[in-house]
Amino acid sequence: MEAIDILFTATFWAAAIRIASPLILATMGELICERAGVLNLGIEGIMTAGAFAGWFTVYAGGDLWLGVCVAAMVGIAFGALHGFLTVPLGLSQHVTGIGVTLLATSLTYFTYRLALPEVTSPPKIEPFQPLPIPVLSDIPLLGPALFNQTPMTYLAFASVAVLAWVLYRTPLGLAVRAAGENPAAVEAQGISVTAVRMGAVMAGSALMAVGGAFLTMSAFNSFFFEMINGRGWICIALVVFGSWRPGKALVGAILFAAFDAYQVRLQQVTGGAIPYQFFLMMPYVLSIIALIVVARRATYPKALMIPYQKGER
Amino acid sequence: MWLEPKPAPSLAGSIAWPLGAIAVTFLFASLLVLIAGASPFNVFWLVAKGAAGSQFAIAETLTRATPLIFTGLAIAVAFRAKLWNIGAEAQLYAGAIITVVLGTGLLPLPSAILIPLVIAVSMTAGALLLLGPAILKTRFGVDEVVTTLLLNFIVLLFVSYLLEGPLKDPMGLGWPQSKKVVSELMLPRIIQGKRLHFGFVMAIASALIVWFIMKKTAFGYEMRAVGHNPQAARFAGIPVNTVLAKTALLSGGLAALAGFSEVAGLKGNLTLDLSPGFGYTGIVVAMLAMLNPLGVIASAIFVAAIFVGADAMSRSAGVPSYIAQVMVATALLTMVVAMMLSRYRIRWR
Repeated sequence: MEAIDILFTATFWAAAIRIASPLILATMGELICERAGVLNLGIEGIMTAGAFAGWFTVYAGGDLWLGVCVAAMVGIAFGALHGFLTVPLGLSQHVTGIGVTLLATSLTYFTYRLALPEVTSPPKIEPFQPLPIPVLSDIPLLGPALFNQTPMTYLAFASVAVLAWVLYRTPLGLAVRAAGENPAAVEAQGISVTAVRMGAVMAGSALMAVGGAFLTMSAFNSFFFEMINGRGWICIALVVFGSWRPGKALVGAILFAAFDAYQVRLQQVTGGAIPYQFFLMMPYVLSIIALIVVARRATYPKALMIPYQKGER
Repeated sequence: MWLEPKPAPSLAGSIAWPLGAIAVTFLFASLLVLIAGASPFNVFWLVAKGAAGSQFAIAETLTRATPLIFTGLAIAVAFRAKLWNIGAEAQLYAGAIITVVLGTGLLPLPSAILIPLVIAVSMTAGALLLLGPAILKTRFGVDEVVTTLLLNFIVLLFVSYLLEGPLKDPMGLGWPQSKKVVSELMLPRIIQGKRLHFGFVMAIASALIVWFIMKKTAFGYEMRAVGHNPQAARFAGIPVNTVLAKTALLSGGLAALAGFSEVAGLKGNLTLDLSPGFGYTGIVVAMLAMLNPLGVIASAIFVAAIFVGADAMSRSAGVPSYIAQVMVATALLTMVVAMMLSRYRIRWR
């Protein structure tokens, strides 16, 4: 069976990990925000802004890693905006998040048109190249998939490990988790809930922007309008699917990406018998199904989407 | 700092703060215009002239405002009950699909029967499309923001499939577009020679009806109660889930009307760019109107004027027309801050 043979090819798994990388980064970003109690619907726009900022820095002559840093800083800026409006001002996290997405996206497109008024096809950059890890990359099947990727993919996996360690093994992580579960308890410890939540939203938004930059600096080599294409919304579903745990969310992102890589190959095998649009719908349909399956037993952070006012009960 | 509710929101404050929000939006846009190397006064003059400088410009602005009134109403209704419908884009396309399926010769009926029939079925399609996420929310606890957002992508891909498959126009020279709807279904123009069509009148009438439902009926009261405090509403004996389902039907139906009116009033057929984000812009329209159905008319015209004016301006002044999207997004954020400031006072220790 051709359709099953796909699963045993190294190129398939390498593609799956490549597709997973931006999702992993942005999902971890959203996870930090939500663990601290703030839903960040700015994710789609912040990924767009990050994708542009990283790519444009390199296009303007910057180093690749400088591009990643600039993307992260742009993410922090939009995170600060979302954080300021939702944490100290306590505005609706839904409406503010949509507003941040609209603002980040439109500012990105405005800047793109201003910087490159005449281009018809977007200019290309020299993106990150695969960096094979000695010995490990020679393992059959697993090696090419996991250990012959670009440095940004390694960064994505590192972000999961670091986040899991910080969240569960450090006082900072405890403060973040408590801010999302029981903010009054955080305040009772003399820690400012506002500071913890603001910090979490800014750090999370930086990861989202780097996730966006993966697309223009590692997966592809230029910036297109609408290239994020709903990936941010899928990451929000992945956080729920991973029950707000970094490890589970990582597994979810890889499963999801494997499915996405599989449908592309299945399209070629079926040879157009099924219209391609139905294959392209699958990731979104899958996200909705995943949400329905886990929603009943989902344990939301208890203070998610509830603004905290000092001294209020 | 902390927030202290004002004892009684003053009338002056509830006018001054929103005006301040618009002022901040224009200041921010001026900054971007300066960065783009143009003069803000000149640019805004060109925007105003492009949006309202001639009979043609005004007709264009009102034409652009028509779908925004429908989607703005859809969002205003849903948000009032705290049903976060971000899927007006998908519901709009659902209405447009039905209009094209029924309107391209399938039903040989006179206008007087055909138009109301197509409107009713279109609205039903949009309504059912939002009922799904609403039921998932009330029965399974699935966040409707994510499901409605994801449905936008699914429906747009479905439209793409239809336009390359069953609904493809054989005379379309390979372009993904549907056949034109029959002339019996086309809405008449309001002014001879201008694009402004009868859909605009329908939009105004819808706003009046929605205002009546929200302010003068028991359902409207229940909707506001559910949005204000679902626990208290349930305690008072209001069937919260039923109210949310009905709200979803109304909201989805209104968004579908935008699709109907764009096809039957303006474009005549279905294409993949029928809506340049009317569903998302509807959120801004509704928030600028502070979720008031009659305010939606004014804010839709305001937002449409910015878009139409910016298009005209960018052709002559060279500032990218995306400035319109930036202004609309900025207006949304400054407006929610203004709405908060008119009800709360910020205290600093």
